[in-house]
Amino acid sequence: MEERNIILSAKDIVVKFRVRDNYLTAIRNVSLDLYEGETFAIVGESGSGKSVFTKTFTGMLESNGQIANGSVMYDGKDLTQLKTDKDWEGIRGAKIATIFQDPMTSLNPIRTIGSQITEVIVKHQKVSNAEAKKQAIEIMERVGIINAEKRFDEYPFQYSGGMRQRIVIAIALSCHPQILICDEPTTALDVTIQAQIIDLIKKLQQELKFTTIYITHDLGVVANVADRVGVMYGGQIIEYGTVEEIFYEPAHPYTWALLSSLPQLGEKGKELYSIHGTPPSLYNEIKGDAFAPRNKYALKIDFEQEPPFFKISDTHYAKTWLLDPRAPKVEKPEVIKDLHEKITLMTEKGGAYYVEQ
Amino acid sequence: MSNNKEVLLSVKGADVAFDNGGKKLFRAVKNANFDIYRGETFSLVGESGSGKTTIGRAIMRINELSKGEILFKGKRISGRISKEEDRDVIRSIQMIFQDPAASLNERATIEYCISEGLYNFHLYKDEADRIEKVDKALKDVGLLPEHKSRYPHEFSGGQRQRVGIARAMIMEPELIVADEPISALDVSIRAQVLNLMNKLKEEKGLTYLFIAHDLSVVRFISDRIAVIHLGRIVEIAETETLFKYPLHPYTISLLSAVPMPDPRIEKKKELIVYDESKRDHSGEKPILQEIRPGHFVFANDREMKEYEAKLQEMEARG
Repeated sequence: MEERNIILSAKDIVVKFRVRDNYLTAIRNVSLDLYEGETFAIVGESGSGKSVFTKTFTGMLESNGQIANGSVMYDGKDLTQLKTDKDWEGIRGAKIATIFQDPMTSLNPIRTIGSQITEVIVKHQKVSNAEAKKQAIEIMERVGIINAEKRFDEYPFQYSGGMRQRIVIAIALSCHPQILICDEPTTALDVTIQAQIIDLIKKLQQELKFTTIYITHDLGVVANVADRVGVMYGGQIIEYGTVEEIFYEPAHPYTWALLSSLPQLGEKGKELYSIHGTPPSLYNEIKGDAFAPRNKYALKIDFEQEPPFFKISDTHYAKTWLLDPRAPKVEKPEVIKDLHEKITLMTEKGGAYYVEQ
Repeated sequence: MSNNKEVLLSVKGADVAFDNGGKKLFRAVKNANFDIYRGETFSLVGESGSGKTTIGRAIMRINELSKGEILFKGKRISGRISKEEDRDVIRSIQMIFQDPAASLNERATIEYCISEGLYNFHLYKDEADRIEKVDKALKDVGLLPEHKSRYPHEFSGGQRQRVGIARAMIMEPELIVADEPISALDVSIRAQVLNLMNKLKEEKGLTYLFIAHDLSVVRFISDRIAVIHLGRIVEIAETETLFKYPLHPYTISLLSAVPMPDPRIEKKKELIVYDESKRDHSGEKPILQEIRPGHFVFANDREMKEYEAKLQEMEARG
């Protein structure tokens, strides 16, 4: 792989929330280097901290949250030092934009679609209203709105869910951001619409050359969009690597479990692989490996000491004691062995997911 | 093959229309026809707005039919029925909802939540009997009897959904309408709930109407699948058949949209977009027709010929 520029670098981030008189540690020492032009997917369950972590890149933590440690370097600045909205001007929205899950709540229901797009363009680019309208219609067409000129004056309720999400994407891209954070952008949408929105984001990324952080709980979506993947659990990234490494050579038992429990891999009449128990409470201090209580491969040390990142390849790291040379050799579960061969059979002629093109 | 199976529920020519503020009636469900056999899991798959939940609610007698009828064990349960019959239906058909947090009373203990049906129908001899039933229901769904004094907010999403299932199970229903029961749950919890539903089905001989939007989940859990689009059932078949020989273009587009957990395959996948308005509507009006025993597709005679040719080609290939 050619030498790539790091566009954003988060180091040892710790995020705490004050909830009544308690402190909850949502992010526990997470670091991430984001390369220019790539799509980095963050996978995890709700509460794993995937949204909170990326909110530190745009200063959008809820008011009871604070970054207790660490730095986020972007464009020579440490973003964790920015406090007021004024500090963030020119970065949030302009350079680093976010698309959220629910397109209905991200749009203002009582203003026209057009005015919501032009507002952003006028604010960030300081152009005239007429120029902003021209640009808005252009970008609406770009995200696949047919009859953009006419639909410019319509309200959000006149748009379907998928179309609304296209508008949210249009607003996010109207300032030509360098980094686009997509926070579960398709979770609220139907499967067929989901596929279209994913395709749209990929197409726009090729055209406009931005870097994407893609947050999702759906491994199928990750396989489609990601160049690299980070798996989060209990407020930490526990494994990261290229998308092929994560799917074909996963190393952390939690990644194994996530892959194994996919219904696509389930066989009818047999039990689907399931992870017993529930994710850890972040109010208490987590000792050892956060996944240990649910991990059938857990070693004694997993309950006592937090594992470091072990290097598997130049791009692939996992935080599990199983990779320690002294650990017993454990193989990944049967159901995710030869994953590519299995899925190929499923999607080839005669397979359950084969569709004629 | 399905001839010797007992039909538990039968939906015949059912329409559900909503009043659109004095304007034209909105037909959310158009001429739905299907049977559910005892002991099977029958799934309704479609996108939001397709009318799948409306059908479920019509079976629960929440939405009224504007046309057609619904038969349960041969007796009509739609429209006006006697109070006794109504009670009987409410007991025998129970529902599991999508959002376990919203469907439980947050001010009531788990014990009350689960006993509510017993109270309403006086289905217990005495206090001891009721408590015994609650304990058993909790154990059935993998919770502990000591959980019953707690409140819903003390549970995780997966546990709350178990409470929702226990609440339905305690009525000893014959049919359970499960409306997107795992959509609101975390990935690692979904498998637990699916396995639980399968286990209960085997143990108690339950029948499920499973409403979902995700074909991969549906494939794992159902015996037969009906695909619904814009209020219209476009294809019904046994699970294996539907995946092997999908005929209706909408079924195919739904199938192509299932994301596969394999980057090499997923990255070169071509999307098949279904556009109702771009279809050839020439010829007579389409209806749901049986193309092979048990395999129905929504088509007119011209389309039937096309599907028949395509099906034969696929069958020849094996």
